[in-house]
Amino acid sequence: MKTIQFREAICEAMSEEMRRDESIYLMGEEVAEYNGAYKASKGMLDEFGAKRVIDTPIAELGFAGIAIGSTMTGNRPIVEYMTFNFSLVGIDQIINNAAKIRQMSGGQFKCPIVFRGPTASAGQLAATHSQAFENWFANTPGLKVIVPSNPYDAKGLLKAAIRDDDPVIFMESEQMYGDKGEVPEGEYVLPIGVAELKREGNDVTIVSFGKIIKEAYKAADELEKEGISCEIIDLRTVRPYDKEAILKSVKKTNRLVILEEAWPFGNVSTEISHMIQAEAFDYLDAPVYKINTQDTPAPYSPGLLAEWLPDYTDVVEGVKKVMYRK
Amino acid sequence: MKKVTKDVLLNWYEEMLFWRKFEDKLAQVYIQQKVRGFLHLYNGQEAILAGALHAMDLTKDKMITAYRNHVQPIGMGVDPKRVMAELYGKATGTSQGLGGSMHIFSKEHRFYGGHGIVGGQIPLGAGIAFGDKFHGVNAVTLTFFGDGAARQGSLHEAFNLAMLWNLPVVFCVENNGYAMGTSVARTANHTDIWKLGLGYEMPCGPVDAMDPEKVAEAMSEAIERARSGGGPTFLELKTYRYRGHSMSDAQKYRTKDEVAEYQKIDPITQVKDRLMSDHNMSEDHFKDVAKRVKERVAECEKFAEESPFPEQSVMYDAVYEQEDYPFLPAKS
Ligand SMILES: Cc1ncc(C[n+]2csc(CCOP(=O)(O)OP(=O)(O)O)c2C)c(N)n1
Ligand SMILES: [Mg+2]
Repeated sequence: MKTIQFREAICEAMSEEMRRDESIYLMGEEVAEYNGAYKASKGMLDEFGAKRVIDTPIAELGFAGIAIGSTMTGNRPIVEYMTFNFSLVGIDQIINNAAKIRQMSGGQFKCPIVFRGPTASAGQLAATHSQAFENWFANTPGLKVIVPSNPYDAKGLLKAAIRDDDPVIFMESEQMYGDKGEVPEGEYVLPIGVAELKREGNDVTIVSFGKIIKEAYKAADELEKEGISCEIIDLRTVRPYDKEAILKSVKKTNRLVILEEAWPFGNVSTEISHMIQAEAFDYLDAPVYKINTQDTPAPYSPGLLAEWLPDYTDVVEGVKKVMYRK
Repeated sequence: MKKVTKDVLLNWYEEMLFWRKFEDKLAQVYIQQKVRGFLHLYNGQEAILAGALHAMDLTKDKMITAYRNHVQPIGMGVDPKRVMAELYGKATGTSQGLGGSMHIFSKEHRFYGGHGIVGGQIPLGAGIAFGDKFHGVNAVTLTFFGDGAARQGSLHEAFNLAMLWNLPVVFCVENNGYAMGTSVARTANHTDIWKLGLGYEMPCGPVDAMDPEKVAEAMSEAIERARSGGGPTFLELKTYRYRGHSMSDAQKYRTKDEVAEYQKIDPITQVKDRLMSDHNMSEDHFKDVAKRVKERVAECEKFAEESPFPEQSVMYDAVYEQEDYPFLPAKS
């Protein structure tokens, strides 16, 4: 094993796959000469040249469409969005073209493409720069959505996303690029759609994904001191999500808390909540508790932002609530 | 165009210096972590604002821009203390601390933001002009955006619609050479951004925007055209930003020499030189100005420091006009 940063995990995954397959290219704002806005493509221009590591002007609609179009003649593009907030400028291309070309053409055209970049909040960046659209993309048939939380998962899942023959949305975080973690020296690929049990426990199941899961770990540490044992599941993939992993855990603990950085209306948590009441109703000892951001655009001011964004204290509170503890 | 008198030059000098020092102060307090998030500073581009304000009718004309937006509202009449307070996230800020550095707004002073999505404000600017035309208000909207934003599709749709509907808008690209680390030359097959107007038969052209007088001339003509029913104009304002894109930018995409070349034609220095050569102003005067500017900046800082943070309720109250909107709980 070796220890690398999240950004290096992303870079290794892209570079290894590009060495293996000539049809892959990386395209996006500042990905080449600047080595990536967050340095996730460091050194790639040097290795692969300007034909395959391509700087774009600020034109999210145009380059998304061009990348999608090129899948129809044999490319397997990786498109970096500086953040997914900016993908909205090009989202028509993703939803109406990437997600539907295969179906509309009756299976004639596949669309092997990865859209990747940071999602969700990253400090005091205010309303337009702090949004989590996992559920928007996950709502769309034809797309797959991956949201890793550590370098190991990021590398293995990004390789899987690049090899996948369907369009994949791969969401990172500005606040995770510096995180360090162990990855194997050799090559490995992780399966899409499989959650991971990050921590075993008996009293409550906590489901989360992406950078916010760290708050669940912190909460579990706190709760352990009070004798409460939490089981933590990292979804890793949001569409398709690993229903069986959640069901298995909830059938053991009989209690579920979901932590997701997203607005509360119609998100991944509500989907899972529905699934659990439909399929494990008799196992539940308490209503499912979900933790999201406040139901407002992200505020700038530090105190407001702290109130807006969930943290480990919210998880502690949620766990106690489903355990009927004070 | 209104004549550029000695008084105009004196005012340009003092205001541009104030804007420069205001931004320098922000950089300083950012390092002290009193201002957070992104911080995009205007240093080097001040002649554009000075020239534009000279050409505008400040009783009714309007302005909208991107996220490099701290000094424009000040020019439009907003109390700089309130701009500084917004960057501190304070309740006394222009958006009560909700917007931060990238989102300064003032309805009162006809400053329409402050926009963080590159190119997003271009159609908005045309829309403000649409509303004014609709209501028979004889005002003109100056719509600013960067050279990077000029590559967004939003520009093309807005240009076409503004010509089709003959809107009273002046589109102004502030070509400061770079969009983050990407030079203009790396974003298109030619570097004359003003030529984008040609395909729409929109009057267009380049402007030396290191000199406020040249900006004022071009703006006056464009504003006059719009006001008299002649429709949009597209100006390419050639300028330069001295600082990095935001606060964490190693600036490997340019040389120190390049920055120094532009500093030789610095707008503030140009105006100072004219005041000295054409109007016999002495160094004593500039010392007094420097002192006044320093005091004004210090007042802003003090105000921002001493202001309270907003109440939690602001976060909800600001979202909808409806007073009893039923927000969903964050947790349940
Ligand atoms: C749609 C969108 N894409 C990308 C970004 C990230 N971004 C912010 S500023 C910027 C560069 C813009 O450059 P330019 O338009 O020249 O304005 P300048 O910063 O030079 O004033 C980029 C890429 C964004 N905010 N919005
Ligand atoms: Mg620029």
